[in-house]
Amino acid sequence: MKAVKIVEGRAYPLGESNIDTDIIIPAHYLKTTDRKGLAKGAFETIRAKEGNVFDNPEYKDAPILIAGDNFGCGSSREHAAWAIKEMGIEAVIAPRFSDIFSGNAFKNGLLTVVLPEADVERLLEVAKTDPITLDLENQVVTTPFQDRFHFEIDPFRKRCLLEGLDEIGLTLKDQDKISQYEDVLASDRPWV
Amino acid sequence: MTKNPRTLYEKIWDAHIVERREDGSALVYIDRHLVHEVTSPQAFEALRQAGRPLRRPDRTLAVPDHNVPTTARVDNEGHLLPIADPQSAKQLAALAKNAPEFGVRYISATDPEQGIVHVVGPEQGFTLPGTTLVCGDSHTAAHGALGALAFGIGTSEVEHVMATQTLILTPAKTMEVRVEGKLSPDVSAKDLILHIIHSLGTAGGTGYAIEYTGEAIRNLSIEERLTVSNMSIEAGARTGLIAPDDKTFAYLFGRPMAPKGQDWEKAVQWWKSLATDEGAVYDKTVIIKAEDVQPSVTWGTSPEDVVPITGVVPDPASFADPAKQAAARRSLEYMGLEPGQKMEGLAVENVFIGSCTNSRIEDLRAAASVVWGRHVADNVKQALVVPGSGLVKRQAEAEGLDEVFKAAGFEWREPGCSMCLAMNPDKVPAGERCASTSNRNFVGRQGPGARTHLVSPAMAAAAAVTGHLTDLRHLEPVEMGEKA
Repeated sequence: MKAVKIVEGRAYPLGESNIDTDIIIPAHYLKTTDRKGLAKGAFETIRAKEGNVFDNPEYKDAPILIAGDNFGCGSSREHAAWAIKEMGIEAVIAPRFSDIFSGNAFKNGLLTVVLPEADVERLLEVAKTDPITLDLENQVVTTPFQDRFHFEIDPFRKRCLLEGLDEIGLTLKDQDKISQYEDVLASDRPWV
Repeated sequence: MTKNPRTLYEKIWDAHIVERREDGSALVYIDRHLVHEVTSPQAFEALRQAGRPLRRPDRTLAVPDHNVPTTARVDNEGHLLPIADPQSAKQLAALAKNAPEFGVRYISATDPEQGIVHVVGPEQGFTLPGTTLVCGDSHTAAHGALGALAFGIGTSEVEHVMATQTLILTPAKTMEVRVEGKLSPDVSAKDLILHIIHSLGTAGGTGYAIEYTGEAIRNLSIEERLTVSNMSIEAGARTGLIAPDDKTFAYLFGRPMAPKGQDWEKAVQWWKSLATDEGAVYDKTVIIKAEDVQPSVTWGTSPEDVVPITGVVPDPASFADPAKQAAARRSLEYMGLEPGQKMEGLAVENVFIGSCTNSRIEDLRAAASVVWGRHVADNVKQALVVPGSGLVKRQAEAEGLDEVFKAAGFEWREPGCSMCLAMNPDKVPAGERCASTSNRNFVGRQGPGARTHLVSPAMAAAAAVTGHLTDLRHLEPVEMGEKA
């Protein structure tokens, strides 16, 4: 995983709540055996509407997306995170994310930043005209207008993101502990 | 009272900790891994590239379901029929190749045990109480009905489980959803879970592991519990547990992969110890009154958009939250509905009975009992019954249910995810309505522009025979003499 420290630039001010995974990437794009080529299907139903934020030249290649409550609800498809990353987005800001989506995003180095609704509203305003900066190390979102919003992040996830750690590689270092657990399991619950 | 009383979730969690870490996370052992063709190819490929083996193929089971067409899979001479969509064919072929290559048991699309992963797991006894069970699919929550700590994961986690048989997790908060009292006989498990999702909201369970408790839950059959737990994710909860009890043990006894002999005795003893202790504290408790649950239907594009079938389409202005108002306006535009419009009587062109939520034998019996002696209405263009597995299909055929459906004008299909998610040839055409027993009414879920109304199997059957959303309590009885 590539390390993430600062994400800076314009942001798509999407702002809608309950953006589900079928909106992020419809099922007919999931018939792929690799992780690429999904950006073309991202937000298909939103992009079908005229004047949508994604096709507005003002936000071209923005590295940040600002959404409403419960972003990424629905399916477990990691294709949603892959599609967003492939669009060039490196961070999503919302008042709340679905648990599975935020996990998937993290595994792909896509930052999900949870902020209170009022802060998100303010950022949606700023995003229309100006860039936004996310600083993961200091856990803060700032704007050119002296806004400064602190956000919380799981310490394990923060470390992995900052250092670009390979989680599977890390866990494989604990193979002995896993084997010990399996030995105990085999004697305590042999039916498993 | 027990010392340090714990909830069901906490007991299963504690029993699976390989290592607790200072940052609050834990390395958690995964007992069971279900694999299907859509969310696994990238994980298998990554293992291959890194030269990593799959740690415990014996704890892994692979079955294709999302892409498989539900039409005949072999011709009259028993030869395999080709899959028309080259991308689906490729994805299915990848699973057929990957599973044996990594030593994983693979149930093929023509095996009698094939079906939707969440139907196959319990049916085979692969799903067991007190286990941790994962699958690259959010409806994995279903297996919580048997008391398994089961949740959906993304493809990176699929790869992590394949390589290490563990996941790095932080504990969820716990939420008790207690359903007090008795459900009316007119009400199904689907109506109950729709009512619960409406009460909690689509993000109400985010961050929580739900445990369903109370008299109405205890009274449900295992298949009904599977319907309830299945849709926990529609309320935001990755997992929806129900404590294992005698019904659970009776359901599992003798299933192919369930423990046998002494192991069975030992297992039941342990399973019985898993129930939440008296005095254990949940982070949140929500009480639902069973008597409030009515035959229900969704009107919008979120599973929380539920009204009783006797109800009307809500006015977006009636929502307090401006974001909800905007969402409701968008939903009504997409669904082609007006505020105040009655749900009952809304014409449907499609009916889908199937999906991991409602495709088990009891679901098919409930639908068939409504269909018997009646016929699919003329305005209904597609009426599909898609059993959840080959074994469900055979059981239904042994009971003659297929004849009831076919005589009424339904199509009787091969098992798979079918019209739930528009990844295979079964789709709802743009602008048309579908009374569907599936789990999501999202924009485009059943096909671009499709308008989904989530209902129970009996309500879907009632919609099929009347041609519109119908309160099944209002169906005219069929005269005995008229029955075929």
